Amino acid sequence: MADTAYLPDLEIQGSDRLEFPRHSLLVRVTHWITALSFLSLLVSGILILIAHPRLYWGETGGVGAPSLIDLPIPFKIGYSGWGRYLHFPSAWVSVATGVVYLLVGLFTRHFKSNLLPARRDLSWKSIWRSILVDLRLKRPTKEESQTYNVLQRLAYLVVVFVLFPLILLSGLAMSPAIASVFPALVKGFGGQQSARTIHFFVACLLVLFLFVHIVMVSLAGFTSRTWAMVTGRSTHE
Amino acid sequence: MSEIITRRKLIAAGFTAAGAAGLSVAARLADRYGLIPPDHGHLFGTGETVTYAALRTLTSRHSHAREFNRSEISKIAPVKGAPPENETYHRLLAGGFADWRLKIDGLVARPSSFSLAELKRFPSENHIFHQACEEGWSFIAEWAGVPLSYVLNLAGVLPPARYVAFFGFDSHPDAGDLRKVKGKWNSIDMADAWHPQTLLAYGMNGHDLPTGHGAPLRLRVPRQLGGKSTKYLSHILVTDTVENIGKGYGAEGPERGFSWYAGI
Repeated sequence: MADTAYLPDLEIQGSDRLEFPRHSLLVRVTHWITALSFLSLLVSGILILIAHPRLYWGETGGVGAPSLIDLPIPFKIGYSGWGRYLHFPSAWVSVATGVVYLLVGLFTRHFKSNLLPARRDLSWKSIWRSILVDLRLKRPTKEESQTYNVLQRLAYLVVVFVLFPLILLSGLAMSPAIASVFPALVKGFGGQQSARTIHFFVACLLVLFLFVHIVMVSLAGFTSRTWAMVTGRSTHE
Repeated sequence: MSEIITRRKLIAAGFTAAGAAGLSVAARLADRYGLIPPDHGHLFGTGETVTYAALRTLTSRHSHAREFNRSEISKIAPVKGAPPENETYHRLLAGGFADWRLKIDGLVARPSSFSLAELKRFPSENHIFHQACEEGWSFIAEWAGVPLSYVLNLAGVLPPARYVAFFGFDSHPDAGDLRKVKGKWNSIDMADAWHPQTLLAYGMNGHDLPTGHGAPLRLRVPRQLGGKSTKYLSHILVTDTVENIGKGYGAEGPERGFSWYAGI
């Protein structure tokens, strides 16, 4: 829908600056809402975690019981209540945004045309070449910044279709009310504490993604890339 | 041109009016079907309301908390918080709770009080539940007690009842004004109050309830986090509103940032 909503006369403005459509309205709006709600989930998640910075496997765990990982931070009680209060509205916003993104994205073929790698790019040779290009840590050429390369496509697909569903489901599996309706969900994660541990590690992967994402955006030109995600138009001088 | 603007304005006004009317109807319906939590007006009450409404719609009387085998009972059952530092409580504790009584009043046909021996003579049930704390730790334990619904039926709950409030020894509201209640108190909606797994527990893992776990009697609401299961019970109040208790959030937890509904 929004993918095709650009008027052709917007593409070229001036002679030395070339503007071309980059991000659809759907991608821009959902990107920024997701960014805000993710930051809020991250902060509130840390507030919840520091009340008991230990991870377990199975159904149960607590001080005195064998733990999987003891995070090297002190127990800090007092913020987990506010953390939770903030965690859920942020989660609702994030999930609602994700649902809109998925539905509109499917309808406008966003995933197929922008995120699904071409078959010829899915060889190890091609992926290796993309890694080498990315490792040069150089500003991408105009052609390169017009579309996503195979690594970017795979990273976005993993975030959208693996990590986000996983962190949502592992979060739900920790809820005693959800467990009373879908006990198989808790069992599927290997227990309530296992779901908590998985929730933590998926959050770590998402933070890692965010970090790499910001580094790559900075390499490509932080201002112009951010501007492209705000206005939808990419400029290249 | 002006005609278009007028039409646009009309349409916009129409949508606004319809939206406002729709919201007010939705709020009224949600309230009628018990989907609005008492702490909806709290700073983060909107998220709490959405979560509560969603989980109340999803769960029913037939959605039961998971039950476990005896072999899965945790060797360690951590305790959070100390027993009430209250003269009455320590006198009763020293006397083996022989003089302790549980009072139940409010919107009931027969306000009553029961001794521990009387409660133990009522039909007893054993359940092995998983209990998780807000903080993240959890344990599995076996609880022995009488279903709350049995005691509620003895007292005869009157139709306007919407919440059952629980007061521990350190919050005793007998002094008069419910608004001045201090310490640990909580409330649950009627869906959880009538739920067959909601227990008044006097036993744990084959013994009398240990002091740290809320002796002589605590609530067990297995479809919510552990903090909802009020310890050291002394008084149960059936009511149609919790607005006049404490700060009106339905529990003391929201005053410290914890949401009232802990189904999570």
